[in-house]
Amino acid sequence: MYKLMLRLRLFEEKIVSVYCDQDMKTPVHLYIGEEAVAAGVCANLHKEDYVFSTHRSHGHYLAKGGDMKSLMAELYGRTTGCSKGKGGSMHVVDPEVGVCGSTAIVGGNIPLSVGAALASAMQKKRHVAVSFFGDGAVDEGTFHESLNFAALKVLPVVFVCENNFYATHSHQSKRQPHDHIYRLAKNYLMPGVRVDGNDVLKVFVTAREAVRRARKREGPTLIECRTYRWKGHVGPDCDIKLGYREQKELDRWMKRCPVKRFEKKLVNEGVMTRRDVERITEKIDREVHEAYVFGKESPHPKAKELLEDVWK
Amino acid sequence: MPWTKLQADAIGREDRLPYDGGDRRLTYREAIREAQYQAMEIDPTVFVMGEGVDDPGGIFGTTLDLVKEYGRDRIMDLPLAENGFTGIAVGAAIAGMKPILVHMRMDFLLLSMDQIVNHASKWRFMFGGKQNVPLTIRSIIGRGWGSAAQHSQSLHGLFMHIPGLKLVMPSNPYDVKGLLLASIADEDPVMFIEHRWLYDQIGHVPEEMYTIAMGRGRVIRKGTDVSILAISHMVPEASKAARILEEKHNISCEVIDPRTLKPLDEKVILKSVKKTGRLIIADFGWNTGGVSSQIASMVAEKAFARLKEPIRRVCLPDTPTPAAPALEDAFYPGAKEIVRAARRLCKG
Repeated sequence: MYKLMLRLRLFEEKIVSVYCDQDMKTPVHLYIGEEAVAAGVCANLHKEDYVFSTHRSHGHYLAKGGDMKSLMAELYGRTTGCSKGKGGSMHVVDPEVGVCGSTAIVGGNIPLSVGAALASAMQKKRHVAVSFFGDGAVDEGTFHESLNFAALKVLPVVFVCENNFYATHSHQSKRQPHDHIYRLAKNYLMPGVRVDGNDVLKVFVTAREAVRRARKREGPTLIECRTYRWKGHVGPDCDIKLGYREQKELDRWMKRCPVKRFEKKLVNEGVMTRRDVERITEKIDREVHEAYVFGKESPHPKAKELLEDVWK
Repeated sequence: MPWTKLQADAIGREDRLPYDGGDRRLTYREAIREAQYQAMEIDPTVFVMGEGVDDPGGIFGTTLDLVKEYGRDRIMDLPLAENGFTGIAVGAAIAGMKPILVHMRMDFLLLSMDQIVNHASKWRFMFGGKQNVPLTIRSIIGRGWGSAAQHSQSLHGLFMHIPGLKLVMPSNPYDVKGLLLASIADEDPVMFIEHRWLYDQIGHVPEEMYTIAMGRGRVIRKGTDVSILAISHMVPEASKAARILEEKHNISCEVIDPRTLKPLDEKVILKSVKKTGRLIIADFGWNTGGVSSQIASMVAEKAFARLKEPIRRVCLPDTPTPAAPALEDAFYPGAKEIVRAARRLCKG
């Protein structure tokens, strides 16, 4: 899980460092600071399990096992991209490993995950479906409609709310009368659990129980992971200067960096050494660089591809 | 897949359709029910979901007693959450099922526009063809008895606008079975729109399963003076008008049923227009920015030089549906209005 989190982090730091070249022409919603959620949840999933993601998609895609080169190529709008350059950063897919797609309509992926869970149940499969979404999606009707249906039909789905407290620039307190998203699960007779979303082990253990329940056909679970977005809603920069949140708040969360925290724990407990950390970092750096070169050097799609893939 | 052969058989079958030849008479509603029954019989991934699909009325009889055969797991009643359950249907389709989603009133479908327009229609394209959504969305247009503005709308124009959606509007029992089976077999989302006033129509419907290829219009009646392109319930109205025009006014009309609006069989329309030089488009959608506008502009772009007269449209006026019978009469066009339009065109 440490390697997984570091991959997400270094992949996106690469985006930050090359974005100003103006060659990656896609709006990127970065996941930096929230890596423990995708890593902790996906570490419990099988290849065949379904994940439905959002506009902030890179972390979910990579954590579920999506191919890094194809993702980078997609960000560069190349024909070798996971969506052949038709999706961009917000629409990534890798059906081979259960990344079923990502939607940029807030809350839109939640019913899709319920539908995949329904399909799994109807086909008597043991696959579990997961949707990741933010606190903003909890404002949406689809969140409530989906929880209601999933509970009604006892479906194998895990709802993972990444509560980073902001929908674009609007704080949760401006949009919701309470700060207890996890408790909404009670209304739908399913377990709701709040967890420190910057502690990958806690996320892992919580998700393990939710996935176990789903796989045993005991029904859905809602997990609220409290975490924080280091970068702006969109783009490679920090957006503190906009004035909607304070530097103090960001500093506090950066001190609780999910990657560093877990790294420290592993080193302190003797699971790995500093030298291991360096080796792992170097290896991932190389992988990211290769993905970058692959993306940059891949061919652009041809104009005639525009009319392809509308329907069969 | 059990569907491949059925789809392959559709091509070539077109020119020998036994519309009136056969003697197995079914109503339009029975033909819909039969298509769903047979689809579920051959393919375990097909299921029906919608508000009230398992109730005693069975969606005007179109799902009548299917629950007795297939149980509540495959004839699935739903909570009243249109956008949510449409997303659920889309998700199930992505994960290998073939849902048939039913809306008793097309008006209710508007609550699910996000999932239809933002998700289902684009899911294949957005992911470079790596995903697809084999979903059939049946919706029913109501009319009359004071149904008024929210229980009567013909919204097919909205969907013709959206890339990635197929749009099917059958006008008779034979077509409704073949096209519904074709829609279920299709690997992409299909908007399947039925008009309630067609439900009691009786016609020949073969017992065997068959599909009708998308994008193949049909000439219902041959003629030489005016082409009438009629959609769904306007087809019987246009046929009636054509009989009156021939008998009383000596005007020979060619009536065309496009059957699917997307893909649209432009060839059959243009061929007819080039022959007659006059075109009436009869639709019960609104005239502004609607299907009729689209077809008129297509004909103007591709066959302008062959038109002897301006294109005429017989559609709904720019006003919501009223309730009072006297206002309904003024609102809905039919055979009478088509006759009037044709006579005006032929005055020269």
